[in-house]
Amino acid sequence: MNVTILIPTALRSFVGGQSSVLVHAVTAGAALDELVSAHPALAQHLRTPEGKLRSFVNVYKGDEDIRHLQKEATPLVAGDILTIVPSIAGGAR
Amino acid sequence: MSLFDLVGNTPLVRLSRVIGQLSSGVEVWAKLEGANPGGSVKDRAASHILRDRIARGIPAGARLLDSSSGNTGIAYGMLCAELGLPLTLVLPANANRERKRLLRAYGVELVLTDPLDGSDGAIRHAQALCAAEPDRWLYLDQYSNAANPRAHELGTAEEIWQQTQGRVTHWVAGLGTTGTFVGTTRGLRKHRPDLVSVAVQPDGPFHGLEGLKHLPSAIRPAIYDEAAASRHLWAPTEPALELRQRLGREEGLLVGPSSGAALWGALEVARELESGVVVTLFPDGGERYVSEDHLWD
Repeated sequence: MNVTILIPTALRSFVGGQSSVLVHAVTAGAALDELVSAHPALAQHLRTPEGKLRSFVNVYKGDEDIRHLQKEATPLVAGDILTIVPSIAGGAR
Repeated sequence: MSLFDLVGNTPLVRLSRVIGQLSSGVEVWAKLEGANPGGSVKDRAASHILRDRIARGIPAGARLLDSSSGNTGIAYGMLCAELGLPLTLVLPANANRERKRLLRAYGVELVLTDPLDGSDGAIRHAQALCAAEPDRWLYLDQYSNAANPRAHELGTAEEIWQQTQGRVTHWVAGLGTTGTFVGTTRGLRKHRPDLVSVAVQPDGPFHGLEGLKHLPSAIRPAIYDEAAASRHLWAPTEPALELRQRLGREEGLLVGPSSGAALWGALEVARELESGVVVTLFPDGGERYVSEDHLWD
C-alpha cells in the first residue's frame, strides 16, 4: 500500500528536508519502521531504546490518533496519510 | 485592586524528597509560578508588555496580536478581558483542549496554525498577518519585547533575592521565549555578580517538554542574551517527565512538563556542589495538562 507520512518541521532535517515521505506498508507500525529504515537518524526521536513509540509522539491516521485505533497494528489502505505530531502543544487536534 | 496587582510574589518552596542525596550544604528551591492569577509565569511578561503598550498608546480600532503555545495567550486573555481590549492569538492547532477552552473563556479570538510547524509556525503566521495589514494589528511580540525580560529583572529576581535572604548562588531555568531566564539572571547579577546561571533546553528539536525551545533548531528570540548563561544543559524528555510526575507524588507539587525539565537541570547542578543555594522556577501547574494522556498514565 502506498502511504504518505507527513513529517513535522522539527524532524525534516533527518529526512533530507522533505515535508512528506512515501512508504509501502499495511499497518501504521510497519509504515514507521520503513520510514526509520530509510532514515535511521529518526529512530532515536520516534522510538525508545526498547522500540516503543515515545510517549509524547502522536501518530494520526487522517484525523484519528492511532492510540485510539489499533495502535501500531492500525491497518492502512492505499492513499492513507499518517501524520507525526509531537504532543509538545497538546494531543487534541 | 486590579488583576495586574495580583501578578508575582509567588511562593518559593524548598524541595526535600525528590532531590535525593545531596551534600548537606546544598539546598534546592523552586518558585511556584502556577500561583499567579492566570496560572503561569507568563502573567509576569504579559502584564509588563500590556502596561508598556498602554503607556505608549493604543490606536482606536487596533486589535492586539501575538503568537503563543498557550500560557502567554491565557495571561493576555485574562488581562485584556479586565482592560476591555480586543485580542487575537495565533497558536498551533494541536494546542490542548484546556488551552483552547481557557482562551475562548476569556473571549480571545483564535487563529490556529499547522501543528506540524509548532510554535515557530505560529510566530511566522502572526508576522505575516501584521505584514499584510499593519494598521489593523498591534503586534505584542513576546519573543522580541524588552518588557518580557524586564518583568523578571524587576519582579522574579527581586523576589528570589528577598525570599532567599540574598543566599541564592545558582539560578537554573528553562528557555522558551528566554524572558524568564535572561531577565531573572540580569536582576540577580545586580546583587550577586558571581551568580551561576544555568539555561536548560530540550536535548533535541523534537521533544515533549511543552513550553521550552531547542534554540539551535528554532527561531532565536530577539530578547535572548548570549551573555546570560554561565552554562547550558540539555534536558532529555523522558527523565524530565518522570521528575515532573515525582514532584506530584513526593512533594505534593502538581506542575507542567517544563517544570520537570527545570528540576532535572537544578538537580544536575546541585549534585556537583558541596554547598550552595540552587533556585529554579516551575512555570505552571499540572491541571492545564490533564487531557494529555501520556503525562498521567
